[in-house]
Amino acid sequence: MITATVETRENYLTHEYGVKSWLLTQDHKRIALLYLGAISFFFFLGGIFATVIRLELLTPPGDLVSAQTYNKLFSLHGIIMVFLFLVPSIPATLGNFLVPMMIGAKDLAFPKLNLLSWYIFMVGGAFVLYAMLVGGVDTGWTFYVPFSTSYANTYVIMTGLGIFIAGFSSILTGLNFIVTIHRMRAPGLTWFRLPLFIWSMYATSIIQVLGTPVIAVTLLLVVLERGFHLGIFDPALGGDPVLFQHLFWFYSHPAVYIMVLPGMGVISEIVSVYSRKKVFGYKFVAFSSVAIAILSFLVWGHHMFVSSQSVYASMVFSFLSFLVAVPSAIKVFNWTATLYKSSISYHTPMLYAFGFIGLFTIGGLTGTFLATLGFDVHVTDTYFVVAHFHYIMVGGTMMAYLGGLHYWWPKMTGRMYPELWARLSALVIFLGFNLTFFPQFIMGYLVMPRRYHAYPGEFQVYHVLSTAGASVLAVGYLIPAVYLIWSLRYGNLAPDNPWEASGLEWQTTSPPPPENFDITPVVNHEAYDYSILEEMKVG
Amino acid sequence: MNPSLQLVPEQASATAVHLDHLTLYLLIIAAIFSTLIFALIFFFAIKYRRRSNHERPVEVHGALTLEIIWTVVPFILMMVMFVWGVNVFFEMSRPPDDAMNVYVVGKQWMWKTQHLEGQREINELHVPLGRPVKLTMTSEDVIHSFYMPAFRVKFDVLPGKYTTAWFNPTKAGKYHLFCAEYCGTLHSGMIGWIYVMEPAEYERWLAGGPGGESLASRGEQLFQYLACANCHRTDKPGRCPNLQGVFGTQERLTTGETVKVDEAYLRESILNPSAKIVAGYQNIMPSFQGQVTEEDLLQLMEYIKSLGKPTAAGGGAAASAPAGRGAAPARKNR
Repeated sequence: MITATVETRENYLTHEYGVKSWLLTQDHKRIALLYLGAISFFFFLGGIFATVIRLELLTPPGDLVSAQTYNKLFSLHGIIMVFLFLVPSIPATLGNFLVPMMIGAKDLAFPKLNLLSWYIFMVGGAFVLYAMLVGGVDTGWTFYVPFSTSYANTYVIMTGLGIFIAGFSSILTGLNFIVTIHRMRAPGLTWFRLPLFIWSMYATSIIQVLGTPVIAVTLLLVVLERGFHLGIFDPALGGDPVLFQHLFWFYSHPAVYIMVLPGMGVISEIVSVYSRKKVFGYKFVAFSSVAIAILSFLVWGHHMFVSSQSVYASMVFSFLSFLVAVPSAIKVFNWTATLYKSSISYHTPMLYAFGFIGLFTIGGLTGTFLATLGFDVHVTDTYFVVAHFHYIMVGGTMMAYLGGLHYWWPKMTGRMYPELWARLSALVIFLGFNLTFFPQFIMGYLVMPRRYHAYPGEFQVYHVLSTAGASVLAVGYLIPAVYLIWSLRYGNLAPDNPWEASGLEWQTTSPPPPENFDITPVVNHEAYDYSILEEMKVG
Repeated sequence: MNPSLQLVPEQASATAVHLDHLTLYLLIIAAIFSTLIFALIFFFAIKYRRRSNHERPVEVHGALTLEIIWTVVPFILMMVMFVWGVNVFFEMSRPPDDAMNVYVVGKQWMWKTQHLEGQREINELHVPLGRPVKLTMTSEDVIHSFYMPAFRVKFDVLPGKYTTAWFNPTKAGKYHLFCAEYCGTLHSGMIGWIYVMEPAEYERWLAGGPGGESLASRGEQLFQYLACANCHRTDKPGRCPNLQGVFGTQERLTTGETVKVDEAYLRESILNPSAKIVAGYQNIMPSFQGQVTEEDLLQLMEYIKSLGKPTAAGGGAAASAPAGRGAAPARKNR
């Protein structure tokens, strides 16, 4: 059991007990916690791989693990972190928990489908774990052909099927959110009164539903070519290897936004509540989420500037990639403007939000570097790219995820996290992150190629810095793992609305009752209208 | 040079200098924007910190002017990046006509380079200073990527396809060669060196070593060995097209379409002859898939190219090509 509260009031954690009540639950809040457990496991597993990778790279020769093992380590690190942690991270945990609560609904539109999504995810994860245990996979998370279909002698099919299966969970979750957001908003909750987190989840869901089938088909084609020698990608069988890259990135670029849009939504919530201000330019922030979702489907070719794709195609993709940077910049400027003349408190989630804005800014700016045709030729497939996407995925998404987890922890568990430890770990993570990944920009620009098991000695100084940073980062991630679990039993009992937030999820008890609200709320104010708190006190 | 203090990768071509100017622009823009954002956040975070829990900040509604400014200004600055980037990219993508050709074959896990004069190297490439070098590249197995950072050149090397890259070295020296596309177990061992030599020194290097025959004459031997000449006759009409001076021309196909005779078409015609038949000929040629390596193909191709030249540098070709000498150069230089 998660908690043993002393409260007398029944809540979603206490109204039923036993393993069966969890494994067969249709309560979106319990399913969120099931996901939380599963993805936390995958995060630490992926983290262990990252640790070994960083240790190997401490010295130029490949001395800690063999080349083959190293290749499996970075492949599994990428596959697990992308498909089994980042893609489900915020949507499946915070999204599952919050989408119905934020819109005043009792549950998602399809509760059984939601539970099924979790089981599908677990089956997909089990395939990947099985492949890992029997020998692993060494194709990188990108599965480039014809290496993956005709040359790799590792468990490509098993892993590919795992991702294929897990994809359905992503599709179903997206579908569930779209229907829920359309059909189940509380009376008075118009589209422009929705919290920005809902807008970002909506945009994310669109990408999940439209994009994921493409990666599923692509991986299926890899499996068919590898298993049955169907000539699709391998030129020796009459196929085209560049076709694979088009298909792969057609999903995998939008997937970047599946990973980061929810984070942007979390940051909008946090920035507003801890500065007690409406988000500046609400509509611009909301529409920029939709703009990102649409444009994200039009930029995949920027992964392929040196792939032999037509130079004119590259030119178009470069242009469109700059376009997608505009809505991202709009968000950053609006968050910053929200702080103007506000009342800022330094609670842990706000520290994470500051971290997010800073790191996402660097990740976004280096993204424009990579969209620049000539520059990309030089740094593509080097550590510059590695640093860039870790600034977005880890500096962005992971910061937002941790910020959101702390922010809604009182609501989810009914317990407060220890503020001092939490602030400390946020600081440690921020410093550790920068020490790990900033040197990678420099060494990438100085031409250290990625996915290298051994490397020329001149890059060692940057690798040493990066490995040192990684150890700090690892400690930073372990601290919350300890105190969050500790807080389940020993944390202070959480009030219903500890942060004085205005969202609907804070107007019910902590933890919420099984059906979220005793009475369906009626909304007659805009999002982030903190004056209603005064009215409620008076009332 | 102390590599740990290096902040810019070695520059050894004009393209590298052009790219590094662009990089400077990118860095300046990034510095301005990140400083702006960080400074504002620090300033606001301190100035507007919550002093008492009863604080209720005044409402600030959005400002359309601000929204427009921070949409349009970054967009314009990014359009400069875009145009500048395209310019440098087009410079990188278009080898000059007078570039000397070198062939590159990538395989797990080595680079094989071949000079027209016949020198063959593994994980090394010697080139003369100040002369543009065009690389025609293919792979025997998986995708690799030929990366020469000192010239800011990188291009994928694919199986079943020829890709090109070029550079014009402006500084003698020894420079890194990397494989940049993950290609399997020993990917990080698929590295080597580019040697840029003074022209005279390069000539000495070319003359020395086990160079021997030119690529074209090796190709000619293969052409005889594989009995290609039985059908592709140059002395009289054969059962297959005369290859004299054919490279670079347009051929009419049985389907009525035309095709440019380039490396890709020659390669396809050797490995998969029935794909595109020249008008007036039968589909009788067998496939040589599996009988010729990528390097063999490049030698055959070089031989076929040499058939059109007025004086075949490597010898051999000229002797068997008495006819059509006058017409060939004109077609070639078209």
